[in-house]
Amino acid sequence: MKQIEVKQLQVFYDKKRVLTDISFDVYSKDYIAIVGDNGSGKSTLLKALLGLVPSKGMINFNVKKNEIGYLAQKDNSLKQFPASVFEVVLSGCIGQFKFFYNKHDKEKALQALKKFKIEHLKNKNFSELSGGQMQRVLLAKTLCTTKKVLVLDEPTTGLDSKTIKDFYKIIDDLNKEGITILMVTHDIEASLLHANKILHINNTMHFFDTTDKYRECEKCSLVRDMYD
Amino acid sequence: MINHIIEMFSYTFLVKAIIIGILVSLCCALLGVVLVLKRYAMIGDGLSHVSFGTLSIALALNLMPLVFSIPIVIVVAFLLLRIKESSKIKTDSAIALLSTSSLAIGVCATSLKGGFNIDVCNYMFGSILALSKTDLVISAVLAIVIISVFIIFYNKIFAITFDEDSSKASGMNTYFYNALIAILTALCIVVGMNLMGSMLISSLIIFPALTAMQLFKTFKKVVFTASLVSMVCFLIGIYISYVYAIPTGASVVLANLFFFLFFHMMGRVIK
Repeated sequence: MKQIEVKQLQVFYDKKRVLTDISFDVYSKDYIAIVGDNGSGKSTLLKALLGLVPSKGMINFNVKKNEIGYLAQKDNSLKQFPASVFEVVLSGCIGQFKFFYNKHDKEKALQALKKFKIEHLKNKNFSELSGGQMQRVLLAKTLCTTKKVLVLDEPTTGLDSKTIKDFYKIIDDLNKEGITILMVTHDIEASLLHANKILHINNTMHFFDTTDKYRECEKCSLVRDMYD
Repeated sequence: MINHIIEMFSYTFLVKAIIIGILVSLCCALLGVVLVLKRYAMIGDGLSHVSFGTLSIALALNLMPLVFSIPIVIVVAFLLLRIKESSKIKTDSAIALLSTSSLAIGVCATSLKGGFNIDVCNYMFGSILALSKTDLVISAVLAIVIISVFIIFYNKIFAITFDEDSSKASGMNTYFYNALIAILTALCIVVGMNLMGSMLISSLIIFPALTAMQLFKTFKKVVFTASLVSMVCFLIGIYISYVYAIPTGASVVLANLFFFLFFHMMGRVIK
């Protein structure tokens, strides 16, 4: 099933064109890695897709907005925020028409904590965690929001290699359970290993097809070498 | 001390001031937690200057002060929220421009109408003598509305304050909640101005949240502590102002400053 359809997407920042002619479709159970150089518009693409920045062109959603979980790039302003870890994770369960949490939500939040092996941090203060712990808490929160589509912007920033391995395993499992994954990443190797499609952009479409085709893609290998 | 307190309660205008003060302090503290965490703290300051400007104009033109001020301040609150999204002028600079311009407009309107009188002075530094029954009714209604909003929308307010983008991405109407906070802040400031004065009202918004955050690190505790600290500071402030015959607004701010420093040091000791 086609879940998201993007056609001729354009984004301007202060009249400067950041993205042009972006078109791609997302089917259910897709695992799409979005790659490209710094400043190629990867994060902007996610934001435009989710309606966080104004854009031109067509974006069609076949999923409800409240079925989408989104984790933005690491945000340092959160470091001082007074909240317990559980308050943060639970806040991922809040929905459009939902005002209070029930038992089911609390159970879900606990499960998410367990998935990222941070249940022992449950009652800790968010502002006193290390960078890697914070990122895992935010991932757990995003997991609580996600029902059909998970959108991640460089989610492995600040994680150690062991946690990164765990992280990819969790995402793989979610994908197998039927969750669609859209992930902006710098990690080409991991993308080739885990994703089923690659969307390579440099302010415009560079490549969009299956991972296998990306390996054979001539024009892409250059950029790939750069990462290697 | 007991004698002073008994004496205070024998004056009806002081009882009225105490009730209004407690209600306004509570409202400002609740909104303040959200505004400070969203880095909108200066919006309170900007709006208070704007309401000084509008009240001066209202006085000069013989219009009803509140009726004239409230809509304008609400509109400005909306505009300030929008500025955040466009990047050409940063919010802090925009607020500084707005504050001084409003102050200038207020001062000009006042002097054209014959110079500073007691009403204008009251709007600048507050006067508990100027409080009317209308102020009492409005602050009571406002307090009920703000407390209800915080109870009903508590979880949404947390989610949006913590991470506005992901809330918006998941379909939450963040604009509605931002607008709600903006409107309530505007109302709170206009209503609190008679009491605290336009130069000092923003301290009621910023201080309690910051004070609570020195010692407490979860959202719920910060919200409760800020509300409590704000009300206690008001009571101490009005008591001191009565005993030493100093302006209420200023002594409430000083009580807040004292609590902030105390909490800050406690926070360091505990660490």
